[in-house]
Amino acid sequence: MSDHWLARPETIRWLWRAFIALLALTVLAEFFVAHHPHFHVEEVAGFGAWYGFLACAGLILAAKGLAILLKRPDTYYEKGERDG
Amino acid sequence: MASEFVHPGLLVVVAGFALALLRGRARAAVALVAPLAALWLILAAPAGIAWSGSWLGFEVRPLAYDALSRMFALVFAIMAFAGALFALNQKSRLELPAALVYAGSAIGAVLAGDLVTLFVCWELMAVGSTLVIWSAGSGSAYRASLRYMAIHLLGGVLLFAGIAGHVAATGSTGFERMALDSPAQWLILAGFLINAGAPPLSAWLPDAYPEASWSGMVFLSAFTTKTAVYVLLRGFPGTELLVWVGLFMVFYGIVYALLENDMRRILAYSIVNQVGFMVTGIGIGTEMALNGSAAHAFTHIIYKALLLMSAGSVLYATQKRKCTDLGGLFRTMPLTAVCGTIGALAISSFPLTSGFVSKSMISQAAGDERLLWVWLALAAATAGVFLHAGIKFPWFVFFQKDSGLRPDEPPLNMRLAMLLFAALCIGLGIFYQPLYALLPFGASFVPYTGSHVVVQLELLLFSGLAFFVMLPMLRRTLTITLDVDWIYRRLAPALVNACTVALHEIGAALGAARTLSKRHIGAAVHALHGPQALLARTWTTGGMALWVAVLLAAYLVVYYY
Repeated sequence: MSDHWLARPETIRWLWRAFIALLALTVLAEFFVAHHPHFHVEEVAGFGAWYGFLACAGLILAAKGLAILLKRPDTYYEKGERDG
Repeated sequence: MASEFVHPGLLVVVAGFALALLRGRARAAVALVAPLAALWLILAAPAGIAWSGSWLGFEVRPLAYDALSRMFALVFAIMAFAGALFALNQKSRLELPAALVYAGSAIGAVLAGDLVTLFVCWELMAVGSTLVIWSAGSGSAYRASLRYMAIHLLGGVLLFAGIAGHVAATGSTGFERMALDSPAQWLILAGFLINAGAPPLSAWLPDAYPEASWSGMVFLSAFTTKTAVYVLLRGFPGTELLVWVGLFMVFYGIVYALLENDMRRILAYSIVNQVGFMVTGIGIGTEMALNGSAAHAFTHIIYKALLLMSAGSVLYATQKRKCTDLGGLFRTMPLTAVCGTIGALAISSFPLTSGFVSKSMISQAAGDERLLWVWLALAAATAGVFLHAGIKFPWFVFFQKDSGLRPDEPPLNMRLAMLLFAALCIGLGIFYQPLYALLPFGASFVPYTGSHVVVQLELLLFSGLAFFVMLPMLRRTLTITLDVDWIYRRLAPALVNACTVALHEIGAALGAARTLSKRHIGAAVHALHGPQALLARTWTTGGMALWVAVLLAAYLVVYYY
């Protein structure tokens, strides 16, 4: 029995292509709209694109860094509280 | 007009008490009609003070309408209706009554024209919400509800001390804008911020809310934190400290949600994140920013409830809450998956959803004020919201791997509640004028300009790219992330245990010392005063006469010199 159409590898490949096309389109669309920048950094080409990507990469790395210190098994609190 | 003498909050509270006695159709009817009646009263009431009087010598105004209080009361009534619709098939006989008391007191808190009424409603909310958590019935929910109550009683004590000091100093119970120039006003601010989920005590929220039942958390997500946003809007607009508190909450929510495995704890962290946006706007304090915070509270209540309804439906259908156990549910729960995804798009402020028309105002205000770092932080956080809630939640619950689970869609009432809120999320995103008409200030804003839409789409879609590129780093594990609640769940009990052990040891040492000293001192006393000892034995008459003679001789010698 074949899986749901949305889960098939060919659909997923197609979705990736559409997604990358969409990414390119949003950056190209910048040239066709009027801008009212508040700051100089907004005038750099594709600001939203590279800033969004870098911000997310930074946040993921920050989370991974914090996890080294603060990660615990999810049964961490259960034991002590049941005994107590 | 009924709207001038019936209090909508009180109406919902009374309906909550009545629900405890009702069953079947009557219960459903009261649960649905009471919030709708409140909604009508809130819309129909004229602006101004409807109820006023004096109580214990204080001037009180329990029912006062203006644009700001009406806007919050309105969304609370909408939320109470949809929440009740979603919870109609909840088996617990405690939860729905408690939830309506909680909702009614939240409406009462935002319609309170004075600090005394506000405080009474504030505490009633704490009781109602604790009961909502309690009614989940599990041991972990009970323990979480006690921790939740402890934090909220602490907040209540701070608020009460602040209000008492404020009333004593000014002689007025009026709830006006405050300048933070006295300890009493700092205490009031601290009480408000605890309910907002601000640092350092943010942990109460992701600790307690996800322990509520599948329907309970839908109610909990709406009222406590947004009442706090309302009182901050009214009491502390333009307080710069709030910008930094808000930005901390924004990033705290994202980072913790990224590490979380429990689907409803992800959404709980994202409540702190979203309230952070509102608190930042309140701190910026311009009319544009305050409008943005108020609008964002309005839209947030709706999309966050929608997200929690879809998570609640999954919990209801599968009894599972961890991302590691879920996945692939879109096959048999397509409606829940679509509604959850609409909520996820709205929280990420995608154009054509409600989040876009509200959150953009806060960023715009930061830009207008030339606050570069705040503006950059808000833009990064906007991308981060899509990362931690917008994609992460629907991806791990409804898509990713096939968990093999094939649950059915939830019952009709739950589906209707989700459809209603999904329609509102998109409706408010397209037809935003009715929402803007409710805003408390006059600042005008046009959400759909070419550059707004394009930059927002860039931020969000490239955030999506980052998610899928870095997906291996986001793989879910069976872990939690420690938070400040570790201090009162682990460190403090450990210190108490250590003190108990130390006291026991000190006690034992003292006991040993007593035994020892009894033996040694007793032996010494016995040596001197015992039956045959030096000081107690019988002396001979001759010996005594000799010593008396010696004493008299010594006296004689001393007398001569």
